[in-house]
Order: sequence, then structure tokens, then C-alpha cells
Amino acid sequence: MRKFSVWSLARNAVTGHERWPRQWRSPEPKSAYDVIIIGGGGHGLATAYYLAKNHGITNVAVLEKGWLGGGNTGRNTTIVRSNYLWDESAALYEHSLKLWESLSRELNYNVMFSQRGVVNLAHNLADVRAGRRRAEANRLNGIDSEWLTTDEIKRRCPILNTASTLRYPVLGGTFQPRGGTARHDAVAWGFARAADDRGVDIVQNCEVTGIRRADGRVAGVETNRGFIAARKVAIVTAGHSSVLAEMAGFRLPIQSHPLQALVSEPIKPVLHTVVMSGAIHVYVSQSDKGELVIGAGVDSYNSYAQRGSFHVIEGQMAALVELFPIFARLRMLRSWGGIVDVCPDASPIIGKTPVEGLYINGGWGTGGFKATPGSGWVFAWTIANDAPHPVNAPFSLARFSSGALIDEHGAAAVAH
Amino acid sequence: MLRIPCPWCGVRDETEFHYGGQAGIARPPHPDALSDDEWADFLFMRDNSKGEFAERWMHAAGCRRWFNVKRHTVTHRILAAYCIGEPAP
Repeated sequence: MRKFSVWSLARNAVTGHERWPRQWRSPEPKSAYDVIIIGGGGHGLATAYYLAKNHGITNVAVLEKGWLGGGNTGRNTTIVRSNYLWDESAALYEHSLKLWESLSRELNYNVMFSQRGVVNLAHNLADVRAGRRRAEANRLNGIDSEWLTTDEIKRRCPILNTASTLRYPVLGGTFQPRGGTARHDAVAWGFARAADDRGVDIVQNCEVTGIRRADGRVAGVETNRGFIAARKVAIVTAGHSSVLAEMAGFRLPIQSHPLQALVSEPIKPVLHTVVMSGAIHVYVSQSDKGELVIGAGVDSYNSYAQRGSFHVIEGQMAALVELFPIFARLRMLRSWGGIVDVCPDASPIIGKTPVEGLYINGGWGTGGFKATPGSGWVFAWTIANDAPHPVNAPFSLARFSSGALIDEHGAAAVAH
Repeated sequence: MLRIPCPWCGVRDETEFHYGGQAGIARPPHPDALSDDEWADFLFMRDNSKGEFAERWMHAAGCRRWFNVKRHTVTHRILAAYCIGEPAP
């Protein structure tokens, strides 16, 4: 891997930037690997990277049916935070946030992680109570969460309409200064480049069509490019977790829904923090290009179509304009949908499956992007040791039988 | 936006309806006789098919009755609407 530095930038400037090497190989898949990772999104690529880096397992293939980061990694609204309520979630998301803070240096790739802070607004007394409780719970877990009054929010975000005459007035909110945004494509590319450098084969346009089992354990995967053997297979296919689980003969407590987002035309910097409202269903940040990146809740029905209904966008625009009257005449450039796999408790499943040697990482619902490095880190540990790391042990599939659910519907901040 | 055929009121916009998830899940007759895994299976495990899917809708802004719909989860095409208790067509 040729390292990016000011010197390599200068050297390539002289040659018109035409001699940059390819950032990862496009190898033909081998007939067998130690570990196969199904899904070349951020989580899958991060898993491959940490398998190679932390555990020395480099005979690994990442199989991607389309192109890298073309699924939910490239469709989310790029928000990163760790202000979740329960100890289990706080440990998982905070572990991830700490990895984010050094990720660009770690990968030698600028993921444009910008810690501009995240505000979660409260619009009614129940919101206020839940928000204050969550902020205090966060602090007990060492997470930099605080409660802001309406005036304090107004100082941080002057364009926010905090009039008491609003139908859903802003009564305060939680604030996490270390939260922010990152460039989602760069996260996929950075992990891909670093994993490839350590010997991981990244195979695009390779769709898994079946999971072969023998004697109760996994033997490999059938793909559109033939059978590939492996003693360990990991499913990291956000949006298709249930489809892959069905190939392996087990069921998941997951429902797949469309989640829509959109961006506006670029404008001068006006919004210096991420603002989210779980109660009236909109969240917004401003990208470095100046576009507003806007998301909201899921469409109610099950779907695999990567598009949703227009009335959902209409609703989130109404909420946006209510909170930010200044945006009323902005034009929207494009909208899209991704498929999110939602668990009943709005927490992910990371761990072993009923099939020996088969692991799953999915069910992140609407909030998987923020967890990308931490998710890959604990999942790599789980695959390497054939046992969950203490951080992801509570997120097992078995919690649905034991009843030890991790209810994060409040912290998810998005209607599921 | 989906256009959903209510068996009683006819075709209406999706915004008039409330979604109810997978159709045809029968409550076990003797819940206390189930193991934890069987109870979890009833409570949480769901079909999540890519393709035809039988689901429940309620006409919240109309007759307020529940009914079942068979819909394709990739094309969103509605293949049938039928009453609760009727077998899927």
C-alpha cells in the first residue's frame, strides 16, 4: 500500500494525479479461505481489517454482491454518536466512538470524521424526562452527554426555531459534543484499502446464493462464481440478514423496512452541529459541501425495494421547516432509500448462530453506521475466538429467548 | 405511496392505513406449556420474505377494520386483499 502523505500528494501533483495506484486489488476468489465475510459494507470490511490486524487472520475473503459500500454504508446520513441508554449499548457504541477518534490515522485514510456535536431535541415532558435520564446514564458510563436548556440550544444553533408557540416546542435537549459526522464512502474505502494491504481478498460482484453445511457446521458458500469453502463464515448483510439466515436454515427476529433520506442544494455554512428530533421525526446535518443531509423514520411496511413512500418524505420536510423556517425555500437535490433490518428492541445481533462456524452481525436498524469500527472490532474478536467478546456478548441471538432485551428505542431517536 | 384495496371500502391511499406486520400468526393455545425458545419463536421470530409476503393492515381512517394483504416486498405490487381468518389466496 502506498501511504498517503503530503509528499505523495506533492509527487502525484507533478504527474497530474494520473499515477495513483489502485487502492485495492480485484482478485479472483480462491477455492477456499479461513474466513469468508458475506457483505462488503463498512461493517464487513471493518471486520476483515480487524481480523487481519488484531488476530493475524489474513486468509480472508470479503464477498460483495454489488460494489463496496453500495448498500447502507453509502445510504445513511453519516451521524456518529454514542449516547445510548443502557450499559451494554453504551459500552458498544462508546468503544466504537473511541475508534472513530483515531480512525483516519489508523487507516491512513481521511474519513473526514467531524466532531461537531449532536443535539437530540425534546418536545414534550416525556421527552424531557427520558432525555435527562439518558444524559445522566451516559455520564455514569463515561460518555460526554449533557442536558441543554432551550436557550443553550438556541445559542448553539441560532437558526433553530425555539418559539414557545410551535405545535411541538423545543423544551431542551441532550448534547454530545464528541458526536458528529463522517464521510461514509471513505469509511468503506479506507477499511477496504487497509484490509487489502494486509492480504484480505475483496471480491466484488460476487453474490452468495447459498450457505453449504455439512455435519451441522458450515462448509462454505455457493456464489454466482462457484463454490468457495471456509470453516468460518460471517453474515454482515444489512438489509438482507433474514435472506441469508434463511439460506442457513434459521430465523431472525428482524423485519426489513425502507429508510429514506435526502439532500438539499448546497448553501453557505448555517448549521454547525447535528440536530435530531425523535418526536417529530427529522434529523439534519450540513455536509462539508454545504448540502443539508436529512433523514427521518422508516416506512411502516416491510420492503426490500430501497425506496419508500413519498408521504414519509413529506412528513419529514414538514418537521424540518417547522424547526428551521430558514430552510423553507431550499430545493432538494435527490432522495434515496436503504433497507434497514430492525430488531424488536432496536439493538443489533452480533454473535454466533445455531449453525457451528456461522456468525451474524446485523439488525442494526436505522443506526449501524456510527458503530462501524466498533462493530467490526468485536465481530472480528468473536470470529477469531469462536466466542463473543464481553462487549458484544449481551447482543446475542439468545437474548430473545432469555428475555434480556436491550431496549434502545429512545436512544435510536428514530421511529421504528 | 401504496394504494391499498380495503375489502370493505375499496382502494385508498396508504396514509389511511396502519400497518400490522406479518399475517396469520396464531397465539399458542397453551403458552405456559411452551419452552423459552418456543415462546421467543411466537413472540419475536417473523417471516421477512424477499418476495411475496402476507401482512396485516388496518383501515385506520376508514372502516377501522383489520384485513390481510398479500404483497411483493420488492415490487410493492399488491397481489390480493382478503379477510382475517380466510386462507391466503
